[in-house]
Amino acid sequence: MLWYTGKRILQMIPVFFGATFLIYFMVFSLPGDPIAALFGDRPPAPSVIAQIRAEYNLDKPFIVQYFLYIGGLFQGDLGTTYSGRPVADVMASAFPITARLALLALVFEAFAGVLVGLIAGLRKGKWFDATALVVSLLLISVPTFVVGFVLQYVFGIQLGWFRPTVSGDAPWGELVLPAIVLASVSFAYIVRLTRASVADNLNADFVRTATAKGLSRRRVVTVHVLRNSLVPVVTYLGVDLGALMVGAIVTEGIFNINGVGGTVYRAVTLGEGPTVVSFIAVMVIIFVVANLLVDLLYAALDPRIRYAK
Amino acid sequence: MKRSRVGLGAVALLSAGALALTGCSNSGGSGEKSSGANTDAIITTNGSEPQMSLLPANTTETGGGKIMTSIFAGLTSYDADGAIENEVAKSIESDDATNWTVTLEDGWKFTNGEDVTSDSFVDAWNYAALYDNAQGGSYFFDNIVGFSDLQNAVDDPSGAVDEEGNPLKVGAPLAEEMSGLKVVDDKTFTVELANAEADWPLRLGYTAFMPLPSVAFEDMEAFGESPIGNGPYMLDGKDAWVHEEKINLVTNPDYDGVRKPVNGGLEIIFYATQDAAYADVLGGNLDVLDAIPDSAFETYESDFGDRAVNQPAAIFQGFNMPYYLEHWSGEEGKLRRAAISMAINREEITDVIFQGTRTPATDFTSPVIDGWTDKLEGAEVLEYNPDEAKKLWAEADAIAPYGDTVFDIAYNSDGGHQGWVDAVTNSIANTLGITAQGKPYPTFAAAIDDRDNDKLTGGTRAGWQADYPSLYNFLAPLYQTGAGSNYEDYSSEEFDNLLKEGGQAETVEDATAKYQEAQEVLLKDLPAIPLWYSNVTGVSADTVDNVVFGWDSVPLYYQITKG
Repeated sequence: MLWYTGKRILQMIPVFFGATFLIYFMVFSLPGDPIAALFGDRPPAPSVIAQIRAEYNLDKPFIVQYFLYIGGLFQGDLGTTYSGRPVADVMASAFPITARLALLALVFEAFAGVLVGLIAGLRKGKWFDATALVVSLLLISVPTFVVGFVLQYVFGIQLGWFRPTVSGDAPWGELVLPAIVLASVSFAYIVRLTRASVADNLNADFVRTATAKGLSRRRVVTVHVLRNSLVPVVTYLGVDLGALMVGAIVTEGIFNINGVGGTVYRAVTLGEGPTVVSFIAVMVIIFVVANLLVDLLYAALDPRIRYAK
Repeated sequence: MKRSRVGLGAVALLSAGALALTGCSNSGGSGEKSSGANTDAIITTNGSEPQMSLLPANTTETGGGKIMTSIFAGLTSYDADGAIENEVAKSIESDDATNWTVTLEDGWKFTNGEDVTSDSFVDAWNYAALYDNAQGGSYFFDNIVGFSDLQNAVDDPSGAVDEEGNPLKVGAPLAEEMSGLKVVDDKTFTVELANAEADWPLRLGYTAFMPLPSVAFEDMEAFGESPIGNGPYMLDGKDAWVHEEKINLVTNPDYDGVRKPVNGGLEIIFYATQDAAYADVLGGNLDVLDAIPDSAFETYESDFGDRAVNQPAAIFQGFNMPYYLEHWSGEEGKLRRAAISMAINREEITDVIFQGTRTPATDFTSPVIDGWTDKLEGAEVLEYNPDEAKKLWAEADAIAPYGDTVFDIAYNSDGGHQGWVDAVTNSIANTLGITAQGKPYPTFAAAIDDRDNDKLTGGTRAGWQADYPSLYNFLAPLYQTGAGSNYEDYSSEEFDNLLKEGGQAETVEDATAKYQEAQEVLLKDLPAIPLWYSNVTGVSADTVDNVVFGWDSVPLYYQITKG
């Protein structure tokens, strides 16, 4: 187990370098001069542009730029944005908010999704099941920004139950509505996954055995059916944590949340290499760690899975 | 510091509560509330994170601009119509439009207690112009004698040239101070211009010309994070600027200029999207919004009634046909430009695509600028006239047949331009019977790159927002031979001379006449094909009154009352 974990952590090193290199290259290859674009229709003196380009090493070849960036990274310097802010500061303000938003969304989709999926699976073909299927289909087919705008309009503006946008400090209470919007699609998938898996397991041999042993229905459902049905759901959640953080961009825009999605989008359009790469690198690490945790969780959920040397 | 933030929160909470209470009353009786206006009330409004740190000459975009004009007072400031009023200046005088004497009013102080003196201006301007400081707005000073000495000194010995073929300059600047700026005493300084400019004082309300306290020069970077000004507002403590989030301004108790605030301060909240800001005004979390998102164009006037504003702004929009393209130079190009211009139904496009939030153009400037007129000779070329358009196009075909060349207009697709570009090209295609289409570039950077390097295959979107309210600012930077934003390299001796004569005119009226004549040259040549003026669209919640938008599309915050 320890050996397995160590091996997986070591694997992160090439993943990290590969990902940062590729992303830096992609940002570098964006068409146009980012500094000229910074000034819009009104170009400053060419000497000013040249000086700023030199300041951000944009006048150097790609490979030099990349190694300057990596070199700075090892000294704890993530570079600066074009407005002169250290990227580290930008990360420190953006990541915690998005992480909290994603976590809230994850909790919501995990609990609500599994609960609804479980009930639907246990009552296959009944009205609850049918309603859950229709609602989940709706959530999957309607784009997130539609769900976002509708919920914002109804609950934020018409009913006034929530603030229409999230204020600067992003208190937990204000993040509830955005988290529900963010979780909506994944919630629908989890309902469907859980339902299918519960329905399958209900007919499995080990469940019949458990029932035959005379266990209570409650114990059969929670210990035998649910636990075994959670394996695909947990896999999905692990992958989804990363997707939620990266995919929060639409939701963040609607609710004016100063998070990762919006920052990366802005940095990409500005061609701000260090910002994009630093953010994505952290996301890559989150993805890899989340997947590692999922793999380790398998063993806890399913006794048949064991990690040997 | 901590305490004042709590105070702010309490005010915000109170106002939110007040809004909830008045939420169901209709907005008709808004007038009577202003009597009990609360001079401590904080006005909340939309903004965007400044692109650069807050230094006067490095702030050339609107996000930082509205903060700078609030916390600094220059020699002059602009009223709602763009007319100048003296702020720090007691007088700005000249006999020949070249040598100017500036006298300062007594009693002005920066918020750290330092007096505003001649040095505050002269040092700040020299800093802005000096090459080593790489200030984006340095070109505003290029008409002051000695400006070139502050740039790089000699040609690059390796013979390197820039994109236009001019030699690159290297080496230290010859001087650190412009010889045209002379301090006479604490309250007087003189300015010598390289070329006469009758309306030079019009520039001086622009952010690039703001004074700096001496503490700024000790550490400019730190100063830009937490600037100390002399304007109607000041930063609310060291941490007033929360990056990407908001900036808190409170009234400056020592300010005694023409823009004395009747409220307690501003909270400028940075929005990534205008939709979010609009939702906040609807939901009662924002008092004033100065940009309506496209998605609300149809509804904002019914949502807000007489609290909605839709008036022309100092923003000109058009598209340019480069002269290096086949069919677009010489007499043929002239005919084709006129034909294209008359093939566009501006009225219909501004109504249908923009729901009336644009005003069809009748010149190259903007209706908010003094001297604007819709009666220029030759302005009929900007009216929809399909028959005349076909006739001119046929005349051009007689010189050299256009054949089946595709006509395109380049635009950046990240800026919401597709709708009108498609409408304009459709209008052209239907009238002239040619193939016309938009040519999208993924980002603004990509579009400007091809424009800069003369690699366009057709027309290109072109827009201009004035820095200061003058006809000159709409003309010289865009159409003068060799000017910075004259990407398509238009050059007309007649136009250049008229601009120069306008600059040397003794009165502003004479200057205006020359600038209008210069525009009549442009109407014949059409280096840009004018389309429309952008309007400023904004709304305010019924918590506030006296919301008036300035000539630069920014509300005059100081006169807004609340509560």
